[in-house]
Amino acid sequence: MGEFTYQKDTQDIVTITMDMTGPVNAMNEEFVELMDGTMDRLEKEKEEIAGVIITSAKDIFFAGGDLNKIISFQKGQEKMIFDSIERTKSYLRRLELLGKPVVAAINGAALGGGCEIGLACHYRIAINDKKTQIGMPEATLGLLPGAGGIVRTVRMLGLGNALSFLMEGKKLRPQKALAAGLINELAEDENDMFEKAKVWIKANPSPVQPWDAKGYKFPGGDADDPMVKQILQIAPGMLYQKTRGLMPAPETVLAVAAESLRVDMDTALRIESRGFTKLSVTPVAKNLITTFFFQMNKLNQGESRPKDVGKNTVRKVGILGAGMMGQGLAYVTAKAGIEVLLKDVTIEAADKGKAYSEKLLSKAVKRGWMDEEKKSRVLSLIKPTIKDEDLEGCDLIIEAVFENMDLKHKVIKGTEPFLAKDGVYASNTSTLPITQLAKASNIPENFIGLHFFSPVDKMPLVEIITGEKTSETTLAKGFDFVQQIKKVPIVVNDSRGFFTSRVFATFIDEGCRMVKEGVDPVLVDAMGRMAGMPVGPLTIHDEVAQELTLKIAETNKELDEKLGDDFASGNPLTYELSKLFVKEYGRGGKAHGGGWYEYKEDGSKAIWPKVYELFHMPEVELPKQDMIDRILFRQIIESVKCFEENVLEAVSDANIGSVMGIGFPPYTGGVLQYINTYGVKAFVKRSMALAQKYGARFNPPELLLKKAEKNEWFE
Amino acid sequence: MNRPAFIYDAVRTPRGKGKKDGSLHEVKPVDLFAGLLKGLQEKHDLDTARVDDVIMGCVSPAGEQGMNVAKIAPMVAGWDESVCGMQLDRYCASALEAVGMGVTKVMAGWEDLVVAGGLESMSRVKMGSIGTPWAEDPATSIKTGFLPQGIGADLIATLEGFSREDVDAFALGSQKKAAKAQESGYFDKSIIPVKDANGLTILEKDEFIKPDSTMEGLAGLKPSFELPGKMGFDNVALAKYPQLAEINHVHHAGNSSGIVDGASAVLIGSEAIGKDLGLTPRGRVLTVNVVGTEPTIMLTGPIPATKKALKTVGMTLDQIDLFEVNEAFAAVPMKFQKDMNVPLEKINVNGGAIAMGHPLGATGAVILGTLLDELERTGGKYGLITLCAGAGIGIAGIIERL
Repeated sequence: MGEFTYQKDTQDIVTITMDMTGPVNAMNEEFVELMDGTMDRLEKEKEEIAGVIITSAKDIFFAGGDLNKIISFQKGQEKMIFDSIERTKSYLRRLELLGKPVVAAINGAALGGGCEIGLACHYRIAINDKKTQIGMPEATLGLLPGAGGIVRTVRMLGLGNALSFLMEGKKLRPQKALAAGLINELAEDENDMFEKAKVWIKANPSPVQPWDAKGYKFPGGDADDPMVKQILQIAPGMLYQKTRGLMPAPETVLAVAAESLRVDMDTALRIESRGFTKLSVTPVAKNLITTFFFQMNKLNQGESRPKDVGKNTVRKVGILGAGMMGQGLAYVTAKAGIEVLLKDVTIEAADKGKAYSEKLLSKAVKRGWMDEEKKSRVLSLIKPTIKDEDLEGCDLIIEAVFENMDLKHKVIKGTEPFLAKDGVYASNTSTLPITQLAKASNIPENFIGLHFFSPVDKMPLVEIITGEKTSETTLAKGFDFVQQIKKVPIVVNDSRGFFTSRVFATFIDEGCRMVKEGVDPVLVDAMGRMAGMPVGPLTIHDEVAQELTLKIAETNKELDEKLGDDFASGNPLTYELSKLFVKEYGRGGKAHGGGWYEYKEDGSKAIWPKVYELFHMPEVELPKQDMIDRILFRQIIESVKCFEENVLEAVSDANIGSVMGIGFPPYTGGVLQYINTYGVKAFVKRSMALAQKYGARFNPPELLLKKAEKNEWFE
Repeated sequence: MNRPAFIYDAVRTPRGKGKKDGSLHEVKPVDLFAGLLKGLQEKHDLDTARVDDVIMGCVSPAGEQGMNVAKIAPMVAGWDESVCGMQLDRYCASALEAVGMGVTKVMAGWEDLVVAGGLESMSRVKMGSIGTPWAEDPATSIKTGFLPQGIGADLIATLEGFSREDVDAFALGSQKKAAKAQESGYFDKSIIPVKDANGLTILEKDEFIKPDSTMEGLAGLKPSFELPGKMGFDNVALAKYPQLAEINHVHHAGNSSGIVDGASAVLIGSEAIGKDLGLTPRGRVLTVNVVGTEPTIMLTGPIPATKKALKTVGMTLDQIDLFEVNEAFAAVPMKFQKDMNVPLEKINVNGGAIAMGHPLGATGAVILGTLLDELERTGGKYGLITLCAGAGIGIAGIIERL
């Protein structure tokens, strides 16, 4: 059992130091017990105290709710959940009604429940350092801040301001939290923090929260204020545009925030508890917590990284090819403080690649996210070049040249000699097998695939591919580099299309199939969005470009011949239709004058009329659920195959990779978590039904049948 | 000849204290009504696509219960999109009027199945908050002789010679009868508990009843309408009733109807649709009539309305087994009893709005439901519901138990 130490100083100021069992302070049963004693004592000794400071003995101020517990909540337990959250928050209400000044001395991250404790204090002081973060990220995990977080922020900041960070679950650095009004003051260190807290307590002997004061008015207006009414009217539409009704948490946050404007504090707090209760038993919350908390932690802690290799830091990186991928790579690498050599065949091309970083950095400066000094420091790290010799001493070279085996082989042979001893050579390929590429290398054990996504500066994921000979050390170094540039690494074994490209291809292919079957192309894209994909399969096909999908298909055919595979046969329609579009009609994609869509100068688009002529059969009417399931199941089944074939080894890699890499709907928690929530047996049954109706590609793989038989999950 | 229209059910929410510490304050009006509709649907496994219309009385149809919530609530309740909805305001006569409208539509053959009732969340949308020229436009007020309703009630008491003790005794009776009925479970079958989105119960019984009321306690309450009366409205009243020297302000919070949140719904349909859906008729509405009366005293409408109703169906007063006379103020049912010479034992046998509250736009159908329940329980056949309403409106309806 941990403790909340109670120390009264000579000025009668009581410091409560939260020191719970385990590495962090969290909102659990122990918290309730400790708060129970603490509040009883504070209320009893109230007359003898001048004020209260609440702080933490841990590295972080206070973590949020106990997610291990929350994830176990099931339908049918609502009464217990509701009572428990009501009880927890009642202590915070008592704290703010104590009648004596209470200051939160935030010495570390105050996220979720930690932030809510702070909000129930009369004044908040946070140490302005790197480890301190303030915010309520509950919505990102399918929950809502249930300990008064919504009710108090709405009352403190007004509806609009509160929503802007509650709905997205933003985490703020101390300075931003101060600017947002979430905290009142910054401190340089612990001493400064306690001093400031005491000064405030002495100056404010009997504070009342604004919302408990007579004549309180909501900042920015109450529910009848015209501006607030506008927010209330437009917010659901804006939210739907983002979530398509698939994310209950931000919807409930919005609803609770709005309702809290209509009622008194205590009623509002109760409404918030009901909202929390409702969300806590949703499958979406379970999916998000599983994947983006537990699995993400595992992943970040290196579940897929060899354990026995020491941490490695990269200092100098050579990037070959200053095209779209190369220039993005140069930017993210330099931004992490790493020296970059950006090589292309002409200096103009290399310079142009560097100019991309300049553009992004200037934008950051203009928006006030960065100062000029940092900008020039980052820029000075990037050296454009055309000479292989300049790569001398690079501890990592990443080639990002055109996707052509012979070209890549040539480049690898020419540049590998300049790699530092024990350096890593990486290919940023999305199609070509790493083992094949490594054939050009003299040190194939140091060769690895680092598959970045476009645009590199925005996409958080990197798919690390190990070739047949890639060593554990090389994998560890690759993994460390990805984390060094603040990206999320997933690890896969070499296979045709690896994991993400392979699964992604099935998404486009299933869209092509539906069109070919006669479904209205507009409907096909709409069902992709309804399923929760960022855009429909035809739209994304245009973005990727029919030219590219054709090229990839042709490359794969060549590889098939060479390797004796039949990989290209997997998505025959993408190939057939891409060929038709490119060869017959000169429609190579959005960047090549149009594809499935015609793109107009005003930014609008419409399906190319010929598509209707070629494929559309008005009499074809598929059930919408079938179309949605086809889009999702196709990708999921392909992922299971990857798992079965050992392309993937960790469930976390599959789930996180699918959401962050290819836009698989976040509410599902990723491709494999989808099966868990659907129920493995039910998933198999549905797959078989789809297979019967739409083709053998939906047949559940052996692994899935086994799991269903044993009633096993993907975990 | 019109076809018959049956009452297949009459349900209501429990009534919650209409203040911020009332249990239903946290429930949005739209959810309160939607929850009741959902409960009604579940109770009968009702195919809502068969429901033609939802007619809902509401006296302050603004803001959270504004813009035809009668259509929005069925949508929230998950009812079929084909269900229509309308909101009507005939002051306190609204819900009974809604029932009358539903019945006449079904009788006429225009609709087959209608839900009629009312909604009033008085804790969230304050009485009078939607504004009215009657009270707030001086020219209109002067022309029509507006005065606060309670002064009308005090005027009745003064004219009839009801003393403070008399009205308090009536109020106490209402409390005791209501407490006993609640304890005996008489209300249980028609109350649909209010639940939250998790299915957790928020309120399952009328919470306004004060079973421990005493004459002494009531005697200690301050008259509510003395102040506006003394400020001038007494004179407005006395101008019409010069025979009185002064007005005896006897009404207060303890002998007037309680401010509460609540909703009611009556399922009305043709014989054919009942058979089709497997519904058993519980009763029939024989007539609903309205009258306008002297607007200054305002609250005497139940008497002429009752006479009109009886005349419409060719019945006599002694054929009526039980009466529900809305307890807007104690003097209203007391005057009704006196003028109509109905035995007190037949009126509001399970208490009324003084004990349980008066959710303005919903009450007419609330008391229709309690009356039907009581007729069933006691084996009575005919019942009469009557309410006074703003500006001298009176409404009365007669039901027959089947």
